[in-house]
This record gives sequence, C-alpha cells and structure tokens, in this order.
Amino acid sequence: MKPVEGNKSTREVKVVTRVLAVNERMAEQNRRRFAEKGVFVINVMSSPGSGKTTTLQKTLERIMPGIRAAVIVGDVSTTHDADRLAVTGAPVVQVNTDAFGGDCHLAAHVIEKAADAIDLDAIDLLIIENVGNLVCPAEFDIGEDARVVVLSVTEGEDKPVKYPTMFRLCDAALLNKIDLLPHLDYDKAQAVGYIQQVHPGMPIFEISARSGEGLEAWINWLREKIRVKLAARSK
Amino acid sequence: MHEMGIALQIIDIATASIPPDMRSARVERVNLKIGKLAAVVADSLRFCFDIVSKDTPLAGAELAIEETPVVARCKDCDARWTIVEPVFTCTACQSGALEILSGRELDIVSIEIAQEESHETGGGQ
Repeated sequence: MKPVEGNKSTREVKVVTRVLAVNERMAEQNRRRFAEKGVFVINVMSSPGSGKTTTLQKTLERIMPGIRAAVIVGDVSTTHDADRLAVTGAPVVQVNTDAFGGDCHLAAHVIEKAADAIDLDAIDLLIIENVGNLVCPAEFDIGEDARVVVLSVTEGEDKPVKYPTMFRLCDAALLNKIDLLPHLDYDKAQAVGYIQQVHPGMPIFEISARSGEGLEAWINWLREKIRVKLAARSK
Repeated sequence: MHEMGIALQIIDIATASIPPDMRSARVERVNLKIGKLAAVVADSLRFCFDIVSKDTPLAGAELAIEETPVVARCKDCDARWTIVEPVFTCTACQSGALEILSGRELDIVSIEIAQEESHETGGGQ
C-alpha cells in the first residue's frame, strides 16, 4: 500500500475471550487438585457482620474430629477471624487481600497459594471464608464444590433481590441470628420469599450460630456433600 | 470494587491480542460484552481502565461496552423471556428450573487498532 502522510485507518482484531479466563483456568486447576485428594471445598460468602465466622466456628466444633477440616480465611486486613477459628483446632490459613491490592474478594491464584500451606491428605473438608462482600466474590470462581451465602435477620429482608447474582450462584443459604427475631421487626417470610424468588429450590437453613438452633440441619447437608465427594474419589 | 483487577485483565488480554506486525500500534477501542448479571459497574471500570492503561498500547482507548440482557429459558416448558426484575421463575409456568442463556458475560469481543500508514514502524511504544 502506498504510504500517505497522516492517513489513518483502524483494524479490528477479534479477541472473544472471557476477561476472567485466567482466573477460571486457575480455579479449574484448584478444583482438580482438591478432587484428587477427595477434599470437599465450600466457599462461604456474606456481607460483613452476618455472623459468618461464628457460624463456621460452631460448625467446626460440631463436625470435628469426625470430619477433618481446614479453613482459609480471607480478610482485607487483620487476623481476628483466623484467630477465632484456630481455637477449634482446625488448621487455619489467613489471607490478607491487601497484600494483593486491597481486593474485595478471593481469587483462584490466592487459594492455590494458601492451599500449599495445608496438608490436603489430612483433611476431608476445606472451608474458604471469603471476604465479607455480596458483590465481587460472586464473580470469581476459586475452585470450590459448593457456595454458601450467610445472611442475618439484622440485615434488610431484600438482600437477595439487591444481590441476585450472589444468591443465584449459591447452593445453600444460611439465615443467621434467628434468636434475635423476637426483638426485631424483621419479616422472615418476606426474606425467605425473596431468596426463593431469586433462586427457586435453594435450601435455606434458619440458624442461630449463637444459640446453636438449627445448626443440625445445615451440618447434615454439609456431611452429605462431603460423603458424596469422598465416595466419588474412592470409585 | 474489583473493577481494577478486571481493567488489568483487559489490558493484558488486549495487549497480547495485538498482531505481531502491529506491535507499535495504539489500541483505539476495546469492544466488551458485559451481562447485566455480571457484578461490574461500567463507570468504575472506565475510571480504573483510564488509570492503569497509561504507558500501555491502550492508553486513551475507549471501552465500548455492550450490555447484554438477562435471558432465561424454562427447562420445563421451554419458554424464553428477558428477566428485568430479580424474579427467576418462569413467566409461563412458574417453574424455578431455569437456564440462564445470557446476562453473565464479561467478554472482550475485539480490539480496534489505529494504523498509521505513513510509516512502516513507529518509534518507542
């Protein structure tokens, strides 16, 4: 082509790639690694203050040592949650996302590194406590088998419809702090209705991590998932 | 909140997609497809992109975002419709067994590269 001074044109280059393809590949790698070891992995998400850490603490107390569990805790900063969970005797790996740029979620490569610090042969269950946030963690697959969202009756009833992506993505919802219901104007039926509207058929467990009420049904659900995963491995 | 990370990924993917014979070229526009269910705020993404694209072949590039609607198909009665409210039950038969056909995209479709035809190769970046 004859060069013409100042003549500009544009050329369109097709790309057609998922923007988060790198994360998705890494998540698949994590998933294969966990499957080889027969480890069931849950990604626990919620808004800040829903009682996620207390729920996990109480869950661990009830399932260990029968089920061997480890925890990866993501927080923007501090090790407070990890310290609380370590009391249960489960190995706990703390990830402070500010070392990775103040992230509001855990990404697959962070889990890959954190998992290096855990003896995967010695556990049946890996709990990943994600950063408290109902938006961003939904966008990042980390290689988990199931996603669980915790919400509490001290939040708005309409959380599920405000964050439909999160609630659609999850496999179970824990409605926490039900021991406080007598003191609140919270419309539980409406909250449950919203969850069902966004994700029909998703199991909803009404619990109080504080009093222990309702934990049994949630733990049975979790036990069944772990059993299925282990069975799939020994095939 | 995670738009910064997404902006960085866009720059990585777009830079790697520039053909070898155009390495000195400047990307003028990035065409993106983002679903309404993807947790991405377009304004935040543009803001972050403008910051992190400095000193890259994408500096000053426009992010052209096509927002895709949430389209569902009912697995029971095969109805298809666009979801506008956060209600995920079939509009025809009330079933909750849905397949989401679109709305979760976060894709780079293409990049548009400026070609300066007056010189074979540009200097610098």
